[in-house]
Amino acid sequence: MSHMFRPTRVLPGFNITLGFTLTYLSLIVLIPLSALLFKTFTLTWDQFVAAVTGPRVMASYRLTFGASLIAALVNVVFGLLVAWVLVRYNFFGKKVIDALVDLPFALPTAVAGISLTALLAGNGWVGQYLEPLGIQLAFNPNGVVIALIFIGLPFVVRTVQPVLEDAEKELEEAATCLGATRWQTFTRVIFPSIAPALLTGFAMAFARAIGEYGSVIFIAGNMPMVSEITPLIIIGKLEQYDYAGATAVAVVMLVISFVLLLVINALQAWQRRRTGAPA
Amino acid sequence: MSTTMNPSQRRAQAGTTEPAWVRYSLIGVALTFMFFFLILPLAAVFTEALRKGFDAYWVALQEPDAWSAIRLTFITALIAVPLNLVFGVAAAWAIAKYEFTGKAFLTTLVDLPFSVSPVVAGLIYVLMFGAQGWFGPWLQEHDIKIIFAVPGIVLATVFVTFPFIARELIPLMQAQGNDEEQAAIVLGATGWQTFWYVTLPNIKWGLIYGVILCNARAMGEFGAVSVVSGHIRGQTNTMPLHVEILYNEYQSVAAFAVASLLALLALVTLAIKSTVEWRHACELKATADLPPERP
Repeated sequence: MSHMFRPTRVLPGFNITLGFTLTYLSLIVLIPLSALLFKTFTLTWDQFVAAVTGPRVMASYRLTFGASLIAALVNVVFGLLVAWVLVRYNFFGKKVIDALVDLPFALPTAVAGISLTALLAGNGWVGQYLEPLGIQLAFNPNGVVIALIFIGLPFVVRTVQPVLEDAEKELEEAATCLGATRWQTFTRVIFPSIAPALLTGFAMAFARAIGEYGSVIFIAGNMPMVSEITPLIIIGKLEQYDYAGATAVAVVMLVISFVLLLVINALQAWQRRRTGAPA
Repeated sequence: MSTTMNPSQRRAQAGTTEPAWVRYSLIGVALTFMFFFLILPLAAVFTEALRKGFDAYWVALQEPDAWSAIRLTFITALIAVPLNLVFGVAAAWAIAKYEFTGKAFLTTLVDLPFSVSPVVAGLIYVLMFGAQGWFGPWLQEHDIKIIFAVPGIVLATVFVTFPFIARELIPLMQAQGNDEEQAAIVLGATGWQTFWYVTLPNIKWGLIYGVILCNARAMGEFGAVSVVSGHIRGQTNTMPLHVEILYNEYQSVAAFAVASLLALLALVTLAIKSTVEWRHACELKATADLPPERP
């Protein structure tokens, strides 16, 4: 293959940059991650299964996946809405709102966690109005969902926004000329063109939510079997010096996140084919 | 899109926009959502920090443990960001400028730390360097501490911020192609000169963008650092960990005071990011307005 590609290698530095990249990648990411697998092999299969299917662990999977799914779905709806409003309409303060969308990327998760908790606790700005109504949004699974909505919002907005910006208005004009109502134009013309981006954003928000720790633990209340997320199970096992058990649960999470990463890559490839542009 | 339109423009737009009441209600719902989920939490950080007035706020920030947390956070970012900057540029050069087998797989591996839970990221270094880990006994013999010490915090931070700069540069450099660099080489520039005078000016906005996002995450990382830090006050506490300790001790004002510094950092990050995007858009527009180079 080196013959095939030799003409493109006019530029120097291939060996040194690739060599450095592979070395650094191995030292920081690959070798440490392999430590996880090797540690798991010290367990027998039965021990591994017992560690990853204990009742408390199973309850944490249900919470983590359930809350991540709900949060990602909420983000799809509101992320699309925010992206739409930012691309299509003009209003006062639009630039500031646009910049603020990235706040969850920039704000440390622990800060988001204590801040959301302060708002939603029974004596908080928002919580004090909800508590008389019997709605509790902090220290239970509701809080987990809310923290995960906060964390995931920019993923959906920032994947859908550029696609909406590049959308060809001519298609919408054509749809209108052919007698489509505005709603038909949206569902039949606009929505199909942004669907891949929306799905990518959903998968990214979901993947991020599953691994999220910092913002959730403050607001969740962390009751075993009720509001304990899977990353916290790992921490708990570590604090009891159950390294093998912690590693087993971590491997489950790692496999899931790797599968999600492949799904996201496939979705992005699909999106590039659909739009025909390198994105 | 302009707010001042003549009637014919307005008629032309009628097919591609919604009635006014739909527009305003969509904007209203979107802004309400943004208010409750983004603006209110941000405002809450500052009001909670100032709940007992400016004096209490200053006292909380002058505490020695808070200072050492701030110092450690800066040291960590100062090591992690440059390491990932060098890596990001090298990886982007290798991946964007050449074709080789396994390139797509390598790109996926570079992205991998993004999808690993921060807690798992911390755990892998405990398994490597902890007392029970691969190198644990050897490190103990030589009296080197990595876990529950600063090196572990730096390593975990490097892991979670690993892809930021590479990810920003790879698509940018791929889109720019190799033409300009090849021209420079043919005209006799060395590889280093080519990078410095041709590539770097082309990627500078992407680079700044990547660096500030990387820095924000490096200073704000909580989960991974929490696993490897050991939470020793005044020694291995970064700012986010210090926030947690204060919060769990019901020192709300002090916790939010430190948190407010991190929130300020987030706001500065967003401001730089918006400026960079704006400058970049201006430059793109200026280039587009130039007459075509080739007939």
